[in-house]
Amino acid sequence: MNSTMIETRYLKLSGLEPLVITPESNFINVGERTNVAGSRKFLRLIKDGKYEEALDIARHQVDGGAQIIDVNMDDGLIDGRAAMVKFLNLIVSEPDISRVPIMIDSSKWEIIEAGLQVVQGKCVVNSISLKEGEEEFLHQAKLIRRYGAAVIVMAFDETGQADNYERRIEIAKRSYDLLVKQVNFPPEDIIFDLNIFPVATGMDEHRRNAIDFIEGTRWVKENLPHCSVSGGVSNVSFSFRGNDVVREAMHSVFLYHAIQAGMNIGIVNPAMLEVYDDIPKDLLEYVEDVILDRRDDATERLLEFADTVKGERKEKVADLSWRELPLQDRITRALVKGIDAYIETDVEEARQQVDKPIEVIEGHLMIGMNVVGDLFGSGKMFLPQVVKSARVMKKAVAYLLPFIEEDKDATSSSNGKILMATVKGDVHDIGKNIVSVVLACNNYEIIDLGVMVPPEKIIATAKEENVDIIGLSGLITPSLDEMVFLAKEMQRQQFEVPLLIGGATTSRAHTAVKIDPQYENAVVHVNDASRAVTVVGDLLQKDRKQGYKNDLKKEYAEFRENFLGRQQRKEYLSLEEARKNKLSLDWSSDLIVTPRENGIHQILDLDLNLLLPYIDWTPFFRSWDLHGRFPNILEDKVVGEQATELYEDAQQMLKRIISEKLLQARAVFGLFEANSINDDDIEVMVPSEGNSEKKIFRTLRQQSRKAKDRPNLALADFIAPKDTGITDYMGCFCVTAGFGTDELAMKFEQEHDDYNSIMVKALADRLVEAFAEYLHEQVRKEYWGYAADEELSNTELISESYQGIRPAPGYPACPDHLEKETIWDILKVKETIGVSLTESLAMWPAASVSGYYFGNVEAKYFGLGKIREDQVKDYASRKGISEEKAFKWLQTSLAD
Amino acid sequence: MSVFLDELNKRILVLDGAMGTMLQQYNFTEEDFRGERFKDHHKSVKGNNDLLSITQPKAIAEIHGKYFEAGADIVETNTFSGTRIAMADYDMEDLVYELNYESAKIAKEVALEYTRQDPDKPRFVAGAMGPTNKTASMSPNVNDPGYRGITFDELRAAYKEQAEALVDGGVDVLLVETIFDTLNAKAALFAIEELKEEKNIDLPVMVSGTITDASGRTLSGQTAEAFLISISHVPLVSVGFNCALGAKQLTPHLEVIAHRTDLAVSAYPNAGLPNAFGEYDEGADEMAEQIREYLDRGLINIIGGCCGTTPAHIKAIAQLAASYQPRPIKANTLKV
Repeated sequence: MNSTMIETRYLKLSGLEPLVITPESNFINVGERTNVAGSRKFLRLIKDGKYEEALDIARHQVDGGAQIIDVNMDDGLIDGRAAMVKFLNLIVSEPDISRVPIMIDSSKWEIIEAGLQVVQGKCVVNSISLKEGEEEFLHQAKLIRRYGAAVIVMAFDETGQADNYERRIEIAKRSYDLLVKQVNFPPEDIIFDLNIFPVATGMDEHRRNAIDFIEGTRWVKENLPHCSVSGGVSNVSFSFRGNDVVREAMHSVFLYHAIQAGMNIGIVNPAMLEVYDDIPKDLLEYVEDVILDRRDDATERLLEFADTVKGERKEKVADLSWRELPLQDRITRALVKGIDAYIETDVEEARQQVDKPIEVIEGHLMIGMNVVGDLFGSGKMFLPQVVKSARVMKKAVAYLLPFIEEDKDATSSSNGKILMATVKGDVHDIGKNIVSVVLACNNYEIIDLGVMVPPEKIIATAKEENVDIIGLSGLITPSLDEMVFLAKEMQRQQFEVPLLIGGATTSRAHTAVKIDPQYENAVVHVNDASRAVTVVGDLLQKDRKQGYKNDLKKEYAEFRENFLGRQQRKEYLSLEEARKNKLSLDWSSDLIVTPRENGIHQILDLDLNLLLPYIDWTPFFRSWDLHGRFPNILEDKVVGEQATELYEDAQQMLKRIISEKLLQARAVFGLFEANSINDDDIEVMVPSEGNSEKKIFRTLRQQSRKAKDRPNLALADFIAPKDTGITDYMGCFCVTAGFGTDELAMKFEQEHDDYNSIMVKALADRLVEAFAEYLHEQVRKEYWGYAADEELSNTELISESYQGIRPAPGYPACPDHLEKETIWDILKVKETIGVSLTESLAMWPAASVSGYYFGNVEAKYFGLGKIREDQVKDYASRKGISEEKAFKWLQTSLAD
Repeated sequence: MSVFLDELNKRILVLDGAMGTMLQQYNFTEEDFRGERFKDHHKSVKGNNDLLSITQPKAIAEIHGKYFEAGADIVETNTFSGTRIAMADYDMEDLVYELNYESAKIAKEVALEYTRQDPDKPRFVAGAMGPTNKTASMSPNVNDPGYRGITFDELRAAYKEQAEALVDGGVDVLLVETIFDTLNAKAALFAIEELKEEKNIDLPVMVSGTITDASGRTLSGQTAEAFLISISHVPLVSVGFNCALGAKQLTPHLEVIAHRTDLAVSAYPNAGLPNAFGEYDEGADEMAEQIREYLDRGLINIIGGCCGTTPAHIKAIAQLAASYQPRPIKANTLKV
């Protein structure tokens, strides 16, 4: 019996994608944060059953470059087997995580076996050993092979753990022979963990811990063909806990030597690793003395030295020693650190030294911004820092401008001219502004046309200014059609410049399927600022750009083909069939609660302090490209420091907004008698001058074929049908925190402070979402009162664990923006609180939210999905609008 | 050393075409499906094609005969759904052993008859083990991604029962096929390894996955190479793909595995992609022309047809394959 007997035998693993480890492969890094023994945060999430957040940790590991993820559930307080199965099942459902192989890590065989039974790819078992004797060892090995996994073998036998060179090679040799000869275990599927133990503990018997591991590794790689060597690196520096400078150096030195000896896999925290070449010479010498056991007094010397570097990293707030540096260093530092206090002084000094003031921009400032660009590009700076850098840059340029204008014959050169615009009918610009700032930092000239820009203006400006790239942004679905229109128009007018597409509502799929085919030249979907820089760079590159553009066209064509190929599978019902399968609730029970205060209510100037507890911060960080959940993000290893700083800035701005009343929160909402009619419509009785007036909301019904016993939902299903004779209720609302935003943002922009301009808009968005949450709670507990006894924490509010829903037109349950007009009509929104609708039915000011209230205990959020033409036609005739108009507005929901 | 492996080293072996497509021509009614024995069964059994091995054995034998006549070297047993899991739809779980045993016996008798007529061209029976109608690594409920409709152990037990009956019935090789979830296949392979150990026998095993669409991945999301790595831990004679795609669309995925394995490579694509009515309409010559590309590139050791293919397709393929050399296999991979 044997499988593939070939000279070269590589360790091959798989998730959804293969991982083949060859001698040429770089060191394989195993992600270690999904381990309850290694991460207190992960342990807490698993204990609390917060698997969604635990998944984020796994995702973060993979995004951060882990090529294998280690999963360990060994903790006395959790059911390890159940937790392992549940977590692995969830991982398998997330293609962006399960693309990498999984390391199933447990000291309990039953947990390992349970894990092996739920993963389709080829895993690594961590670990088995001779601890319980040969019989157990071979039994487990045989099963692991039958399940199709590789295995980590610990250097451990019946008498204990290998703690010197001889024992390491003795146990490795014996394990290898047993595995290969007795159970035909493929040698390339064996990974030895030769035990990494701490050094510099002060005990003589620990002195050789690192060097014995390294030499043991060398022996194993030379004498036991095809196998791999792995280990948990952070152990080695255990005695220097608290001194990250020394620990990081120790990890790097240890790995440097172990990798040369043949260690090819390891559990390493990349944040705890110094670049070998960057270790200061003296520290390097002391650390190498310890790791390689070169001197009797190595430990004492390192300990002594360690005291001098302890906490060196912590920057003192008032440390102004950098002001003593040479001029260029000061300017670069001010840009990198985003310090604007001295920039004018420094720029003036630079101006004195050059012939023409423009040379300060092209020289001193660009040198600094290039450093910023490099650090951002390599992931060493984060978006909020870059925006702060831009603020310093703008101030410097503003200071220089009068001098430059005096000097008539100056010309400036930029990398290219980019037109940026939020399309007609759309008012959202946070993302667009961030991309503009970051591109400007990279020396592109930005022509920002702002929001609600009509296509004629975009086209005309692009021609006039002879721009190199056009960037379009949009947040609401009608903007997608605007972008398609613009692409067509660019084609008609024979434009050749690339078109960038971005914004929350856009997607690669929409860009590939709808926009790209309209325009013969390059169309790229870019949804984050750091990618924008690379993409724009490639698009404008002198010699390679045509190749890049051709590749893009091809890539989108392939994507489109695949996408459309996949599409054909969905089956849809006719509207009639879908209605037959609607949700039928039992209306006989007395679950309907009569609102305490029917009718229309307004709040004209709410105390913003009331909203603070309702703010969901996670999306705030996301708008700055910092990903992770609040509050954990503040302690995140990678972005934590930046997130904390951003959060502090946000808190200060909030304080200012509240104390100076810079923003105003207003709301109008109403609760009405309502019944569903004709399956999909809801008739509401709106009180009007002593009488009541009938108004009708149109809802849309899911049409995709459902699994047995699952209804085709429409919002109307949550309201009692008129023919039951029962009076039911619903509500609608509009809230805003946007008044004042623009004025304030504009003021910051005039001060060249994009950072705070974006901050204000991002905070207004958070405040209005908080307002919507706050008002919904007031409605549940007071105005309507169906949940008068509800007691929910902020987290529960954010996770929407309350009764009833508040879906918003334009969102998944009711993607139809047209119904906003009905809300505006009923509540007289424009007249009472001043929020208006644009031609694309976006709300102005942008920080506004509108929607419906449904109170039924069965009311749940759902996604409409795609609908068919028959429903669009039916909807048009119900609503009394032309089919053409209905198709225009429901285009994005229409199945192809 | 088995005759099957000898032949596989010598030439390209031709697998049969679709069973279902052929059965449609018989227009069997509910009564025909039931036969005398199941006339009072409490559930409709029309559509339970595997049951026909018991109630209409002549038709099954006749179809096997037609494929051998057309030039096939291997026919697949009529047992695509022959597991306890799939048979639960008809409340016929307890028939699983008999269904598989009888199916194997019918096919083997026909094969022996043809081998006797032409001893220079020995004919073989592959015990077909389908994917079942459940998936072990995907949730049937979109709202609960952690949920699973079946466990590894349930699949393993069901496959073991099927494999044992097929072996007892006399198959020459086991074929774990139409794999859309690799974890299901791993359970089948686990069961086969257990069975081999318990019965102390050796038996060639073929594996055939299904790339479900142009994304180049299985339904459970794996790339062709990841799939290959995930099933390579047990001794196999061949690995390849079948179903879902036509010969043309399958080419790049065959390339991927042909360049990364020392095992024999198999392919039995559908007769093109389904047309607007869900029918397969690629003709025999058209399909053979596509397959010529595999052969020209030396990708193939075992070739046949899946959905929509008929004896005419197999005849065209067999004639073509006869004039080509098989893809070279490293000799020791076939030493079982």
